[in-house]
Amino acid sequence: MEHQNINLKLKVWRQKNSTDKGGFETYDVKNISQEMSFLEMFDVLNEELIAEDKDPIAFDHDCREGICGMCSMYINGRPHGPWEANTTCQLHMRAFSEGETIVVEPWRANAFPIIKDLMVDRTAFDRIIQAGGYISVNTGNAVDANALPIEKAKADASFAAAACIGCGACVAACKNSSAMLFLSAKAAHLNLLPQGQPERKTRVMNMVAQMDKEGFGACTNTGACEAVCPKEISITNIARLNLDYTCAGLVSDK
Amino acid sequence: MTFKQMFTSSVGKKLVMGFTGLFLVLFLIVHVGLNACIWANDGGEMFNKGAHFMGANWVPRLLEVGLFAGLILHIIQGLMVEFSNRSKRAIKYDVAFGNRGSKWYSRSMGLLGILILIFLISHLAHFWIPNRSAQGFVGLEGEIDLYTKMKDTFTGDSWQVMVTILVYVVGCIALGFHLAHGVQSACRTFGLSNPKWIAVVSALGYAYAIIVPLMFALMPLSFHFGWID
Repeated sequence: MEHQNINLKLKVWRQKNSTDKGGFETYDVKNISQEMSFLEMFDVLNEELIAEDKDPIAFDHDCREGICGMCSMYINGRPHGPWEANTTCQLHMRAFSEGETIVVEPWRANAFPIIKDLMVDRTAFDRIIQAGGYISVNTGNAVDANALPIEKAKADASFAAAACIGCGACVAACKNSSAMLFLSAKAAHLNLLPQGQPERKTRVMNMVAQMDKEGFGACTNTGACEAVCPKEISITNIARLNLDYTCAGLVSDK
Repeated sequence: MTFKQMFTSSVGKKLVMGFTGLFLVLFLIVHVGLNACIWANDGGEMFNKGAHFMGANWVPRLLEVGLFAGLILHIIQGLMVEFSNRSKRAIKYDVAFGNRGSKWYSRSMGLLGILILIFLISHLAHFWIPNRSAQGFVGLEGEIDLYTKMKDTFTGDSWQVMVTILVYVVGCIALGFHLAHGVQSACRTFGLSNPKWIAVVSALGYAYAIIVPLMFALMPLSFHFGWID
């Protein structure tokens, strides 16, 4: 592909802190290489803002290779931008054309309060994992990997669910701000394996209770979460969770 | 987890929606089957026999109580879930994700439900209330001639008839889209995760969502255009 530089207009959400009302500001970004990543374009803009003695735009990022789950921009009405199975950091400027206006918003959900500009507080996800997204094992030497046979299909499904990076795009895309795709992925990757069985029932009950406490909405199976997930987590995991939850609720002692 | 905790959780509320919804789906099969007797075109003889069986027999009349309970639960729980879900994002997006990730009718179950409710109120006022009030609500005797009632409701060119037919047809279209999402969504809520069975249920759901509302919509139109008499 031929190298090209483009000029763009950015409409970005600016908000000083969690209590500020916030609003959109428009920036002209010039001479942007189409080989840049979306975040590199923001770096260029921020350098300019700093040079002008203005407050740079705050946004979350870390690994910039699509595995840490920190980047979280809602670009032109879609979490992580226009590309499929992609994080914001992996989005490149060749996805846009000369003169285009790009609207960048933070994840919007009451459970993800804005810290500043495009940064949101996603610690609600951490608390959901703490509620049950773990297994308890005895310390000591690790058990030989081949000592416990696991069906290939289940191992694959578990691995696919474990690919969740906890970025929150599912919540951002969902009309109900539901965290069910995240929660179900975190539950399924343990529930599908033998190691996850002892805590299977308490896991789903506690994780759902924590999700509700955090203020996420209920799942209505629209599929918007699956469509934007950078790791292509399947909503089949939500059905798995629903069944686990129902069974746990029906057989639990209290 | 107590039953109360279970059924008031976000997953539990959806279970209630799914079970009551599926119950209503089963009811519609009975309803559309009996109503289809109008197309016997025998002046309503067969239809009225069916209506008499449903209206003057304790078994369906008792089931009717359960039907209303399920219906009211579905409506109230549905509205509560809808309003609760809407409140979870205080500040809306400037650019909506829209149809890029989900079907419009999957996102509009509340709105479609309200359209169906408007139809339902009109429908009960046309047929169920006059019939049951003639029976004194708890009695089994004294039903009205429902076939003639249907014919009178949908025949003629007055604006009242036109509005009624419009409400019925719009109600049936809303029902179709509501079911197109509802049937497969309910099955996912019950925990159906097997891809083979999801394919089967989705196909059945779409077929049901087209056939049943289409048959219902054709009933007022059949009377109005004189396809039956």
